[in-house]
Amino acid sequence: MDRPIALERDNLQTAAIRPIVAPGTLFWPIAVVLGMIVLAGGVAFLQQLRYGLGVTGLNQNVSWGFYITDMVFFIGVSYGGAVTSAILRLTNAPWRAPMVRMAEAMALVTLLIGSLFPIIDLGRPDRMLNLVIHGQVGSPVVWDVIAINTYMAATMIFLFLPLIPDIAFCRDHIGSGAGRLRNLLYSRLSLGWRGTDRERNVLERNMTIVAVVIIPLAVSVHSVLAWLFGMTVRPGWNSTLYAPYFVVGALYSGVAAVILVIAGFRRAYRLEEYLTERHFKYLANMLLALAMGYAYLMFAELLTEGYKMEGFGEGQGSGALLQETMLGRYAPLFWGFVLGGLALPIALLSLPPTRTVGWIAVASGLVVAAMWLKRFLIVVPAMATPMMPTNWGAYWPSRVEIAITLAAAAAVPLLLMLFFRLFPIISIYEMEELAEKEHDTRSEAAPAGTG
Amino acid sequence: MGIMRRPFSAAGSPPRREKPKRQWGMVIDLTRCDGCKECTGACQNTHYLPNDHEWIKVYEIEGENGSKVFMPRPCMQCEEAPCLKVCPVRATYKSDEGIILVDQELCIGCRICMAACPYNARYFNYWEQVKPPGPFDNPMPEFPVPQQRGTVGKCVLCVHYTQVGRLPACVEACRMDAIYIADLESGVMTNRSGETYEIHQYLRENDAFRFKEELNTSPRVWYVAGHGQSLES
Repeated sequence: MDRPIALERDNLQTAAIRPIVAPGTLFWPIAVVLGMIVLAGGVAFLQQLRYGLGVTGLNQNVSWGFYITDMVFFIGVSYGGAVTSAILRLTNAPWRAPMVRMAEAMALVTLLIGSLFPIIDLGRPDRMLNLVIHGQVGSPVVWDVIAINTYMAATMIFLFLPLIPDIAFCRDHIGSGAGRLRNLLYSRLSLGWRGTDRERNVLERNMTIVAVVIIPLAVSVHSVLAWLFGMTVRPGWNSTLYAPYFVVGALYSGVAAVILVIAGFRRAYRLEEYLTERHFKYLANMLLALAMGYAYLMFAELLTEGYKMEGFGEGQGSGALLQETMLGRYAPLFWGFVLGGLALPIALLSLPPTRTVGWIAVASGLVVAAMWLKRFLIVVPAMATPMMPTNWGAYWPSRVEIAITLAAAAAVPLLLMLFFRLFPIISIYEMEELAEKEHDTRSEAAPAGTG
Repeated sequence: MGIMRRPFSAAGSPPRREKPKRQWGMVIDLTRCDGCKECTGACQNTHYLPNDHEWIKVYEIEGENGSKVFMPRPCMQCEEAPCLKVCPVRATYKSDEGIILVDQELCIGCRICMAACPYNARYFNYWEQVKPPGPFDNPMPEFPVPQQRGTVGKCVLCVHYTQVGRLPACVEACRMDAIYIADLESGVMTNRSGETYEIHQYLRENDAFRFKEELNTSPRVWYVAGHGQSLES
């Protein structure tokens, strides 16, 4: 394997392509286990195609359940990429450099998986194209289709652009370590990148454009998802706060997921030199801020509903929903969320003894799991609340729904592992670009003749 | 690629002169309803529905003094229908007689209409339906039999009957004569015993109200509560 000359560059590049050339003995066992979980989900989905949505636990009262929860959850988690890559790029935070590749890849993977769920939830997925041919622009579902697809295109571009120089690096330096097929991939996808100044300028300009564009696109996606619920008159959903509520929730779960992904791959591929405690502390600060933000929005929502307790006397309305959520049948889930998704993470992230990589990862894991629970609490109880003088509805997920949900969860690490078998796990291009910028600013600061 | 909305027409030739279109509605006299649920059964028989599809559903409401009031709820045929607004593929549409229909050839089964309906009046076909006997292999929005798996169905105010001068199944079946079919265009309302009134006068005199009026759905189903009691919810 060819090695570049300077020692420092050598270490970064070795580390960045280590998953490609030396993935370690645990790679295949883990991949196979994850693959089997994904396969089980695929089989469950085939069953659903064969027999219809009757194989789920859905009924005439609760007609949205696990799949819609998963849709909101996975698409929300993809926001981690938008935050760490786009926002940190636009605010010129140089510490983002080692993380951006993993964050962007995670964003794309979770977005792809998340956007499968609206299709999985359809009663007639074979008629999916009707959304395009017969689409009615007044429908939140159509807004969803438009928003998700444009955001997906932007995310793909955002991941691919800085990947081009890295693929060129792989093309030029990996050689026999990668095999014939991968080398063919590298030479095709590198698009003839030679590293000239002109190429770099074009790339930089386009990265900035996409970074600017992707933020309103991301905001639009989760706002539109929120409006699937917010445009109805159902108790709990009939809230004007829903769009910002969902967006902040997505950012919260997204940053937590980024921390998990980075912590996991850092451990697996020994990247401690590049992803230091400092990175995790900064991410922990962001997560903490988002936790406070989400807690505030939740409090505002609950206080407004709780003050009025609409419909409580008739056992209907947001009053009845609030009662059941906080004190009734959904109370264990609700308080479980408050404890595991807000109180405990906030404590772990703010107290000095637990501001270590390990505990920050634990807090992030709690947040990710709890935010799935929160999405469930948004979707199902509101559907179970009576809107007519009748009993509460009920919903228990079936094996099919559980299998598909688990498959989606397993597909995220699996796809990421496969992705990093092909492409560098740390963005060599952006690390070098930021090192150059830092060098430039330092030499500008030093007076002429010294430095 | 357009879907033809096939009008249900018994006659072969077009009418000679333009008749004003009917605007269907319903009036239900709650003082008469005894909760027998014959209306639900008749509807399910007519449309070959499974038991969990209650296009007209009879609710039991506890009144004051432990009394029970029964409230049949068909599709409200809202003039400002939420289900219409949210349907992404225009599978749910309004006929020129004001009936909300579902084209089960277009419906993708996303169920946002079910989330949006404040009256829980829509039902999803989770399973394949058993094929009814006879020449019922040409379902259309006006007579959606058999129901298609993976799509949504609801009360069509038996427009397939009213088009040919028959009463809706629930009106015909109600042995308490509590359900009236109404035409808002001509102002006529009638039940199966032939009791006929002028609707606007009747509604005024009997203090009729609409369910969940405050949601501005403008439903076309009016209820008469006995003796000035309100069923405000």
